[in-house]
Amino acid sequence: MSAPPASLGLGAPGVESRVSSPMLLWLAGCLAITMLLTGASLIVGTSSIGTSVGWLLAPDAQGSVILWQIRLPRTVGAWFAGALLGLAGAVAQGVFRNRLADPYLLGTASGAALGVTISLLAADTSIAGLAWMGKIGITGAACIGACAAIALTIMLSRGVLQTANLLLAGIVVAFLLSAVTSLLLLTKPEIWRAMQVFLLGSTGYLSWTSATLLGIVFCVCIVPAALLARGLDALSLGEDTAQSLGLSLPMLRLTLLGVLSLATATAVGQVGIVGFVGLVAPHLVRETVTVNHRQLLIGAPLCGGALLQAADLVSRWIIRPAELPVGAVTACVGGAYLVFLLWRRSRDE
Amino acid sequence: MFGGTRWAAVLALGIVWICGAQAARAGGVNVQRDDLQRDVAFEREPKRIITLLPSLTETVCALGACDRLVATDRYSQWPPQVGLLPKAGGLDDAEVELIVALKPDLVLLSRSQRIGNRLAELGITSFALQTDRFSDIAHTVTTIGAILGLSREAAQLNETIAASVHEIGAQALDRRHGSRPTVYFEVDRAPYAAGAASFIGELLARLGARNIVGADLGAFPKLNPEYVVRNNPDVIFISRADAPGLAERPGWDQIRAVKEGRVCSIAPDVNDEIVRPGPRVADGMRAIGECLSRLSP
Repeated sequence: MSAPPASLGLGAPGVESRVSSPMLLWLAGCLAITMLLTGASLIVGTSSIGTSVGWLLAPDAQGSVILWQIRLPRTVGAWFAGALLGLAGAVAQGVFRNRLADPYLLGTASGAALGVTISLLAADTSIAGLAWMGKIGITGAACIGACAAIALTIMLSRGVLQTANLLLAGIVVAFLLSAVTSLLLLTKPEIWRAMQVFLLGSTGYLSWTSATLLGIVFCVCIVPAALLARGLDALSLGEDTAQSLGLSLPMLRLTLLGVLSLATATAVGQVGIVGFVGLVAPHLVRETVTVNHRQLLIGAPLCGGALLQAADLVSRWIIRPAELPVGAVTACVGGAYLVFLLWRRSRDE
Repeated sequence: MFGGTRWAAVLALGIVWICGAQAARAGGVNVQRDDLQRDVAFEREPKRIITLLPSLTETVCALGACDRLVATDRYSQWPPQVGLLPKAGGLDDAEVELIVALKPDLVLLSRSQRIGNRLAELGITSFALQTDRFSDIAHTVTTIGAILGLSREAAQLNETIAASVHEIGAQALDRRHGSRPTVYFEVDRAPYAAGAASFIGELLARLGARNIVGADLGAFPKLNPEYVVRNNPDVIFISRADAPGLAERPGWDQIRAVKEGRVCSIAPDVNDEIVRPGPRVADGMRAIGECLSRLSP
């Protein structure tokens, strides 16, 4: 790989990694926004705000179910899914040393979509398929599909050493699996609507079980990622420099790609393909504070979580009681933000 | 100046076209206006027909003209004999080459299919019909009957369908002793619902059910799942594939229909009858009416 861009906005290895005051302020702000969004999510839904507040103050049986079994797990789950995507985005951009890298770079989205298509087809065509589908569900099928795609990508690139090969293999796998998905969809157009929902993301059915699973995976992913943050700092200076600092690049890449895969596959399995969160969250952090990778790997998940929470809120508010696909909302917001960045860059130049 | 000349030419062409159309009518040519507002002229009754929508295939066959079909779209499978015909693709990927090779004198298609323009360029007559609503069924039957020279059969078919639908609706209400249960009809797990404005919604209304998804939300809105929990329907209609996971959705185990086991799971073959506004509408209505009567509180 070529040398990294001159301005990565990252601290060099050896730079004091203690959290700076602006970063602390930033983290506090992000947490405050998350708390606000969580509160708002309890009163935004298909009922009027007055009714929701009434449920909060004096809940009846139905109000309790809607507040604590539907709205709260939905927003908590959305936060964790966004956090996983933010983390995966930061890891991907660090490992590939490319600011345009996103969590779906290794073919996860296409693999998940294929997994879902196969499961929907199976459920629609045979009793055995229906039973199989009942056991693993759409979320399981998406997760298996995403993992299989990553395995295929790594196999095609013959390991994780060459990032250029990995990127190419990821693109090939994504195209290949998308083509298979399209062919399968042609045979059974009835499942297209369900697929569309998956492809545009949905937080509608996040339960406490889903939120717990997302939370556990987030904890499992954030620890090794944070521990290897200094490795990413070193890698940002170039592979040769990183190796001269005594880093084992294969081990670093393998572990971080494991984190990336697990985080993305779990998030995609639970909320479908939500675009732009993984790409935009690290950018948002870098644009507001100067960070090294350890801080970025903490900031990007917080930012991603708040982003998806906000998108979820918007998706269920605008055309209530119907709702927009959450991925369409994130794409609009994320796209607008990237256009803003481009505009600002051209203005500065 | 140029603009004036151009408009004069357009006007002249328009007059010629109108006169031509009148002449065609006067000359015994059968001219029918399709749902794209095109006047399509038929010099003789079509004998080699290709249908690109299952409900149109079913209509042609219900009029007794199944033997005039030379191909159908890949999803047409009723009546069984159409399964043996060549398949000319689907809604958005119709196979132009196959259609041209079969030399049809009429291609019946849906209003939304883009292939109509391409067929016109190739000199193949196509006729577009809208088949979304209950009222479209009678219109489609009448129009196809008029094109095929089977207007009497079309009128009879329409009478039969109307009588059956009316009878099934009345029987359903009788069997439930006039009760009007609230219903949620899920067309997809997203959840997309069949609203009162949809064809399925119209069938439910004729069966005396009250749809929890009003017409103001559109035909097939993607709902916030909590809307269903809030509206607490008496009966839920859902595909066989999605029925088992219903109680696992957050909060859905508290819905009256789920708690009391009033869930109608719809098999794929019945699903075809109730999502295709065509001559089998009474069969589909009977199937959901029976389940509604069996499970209503």
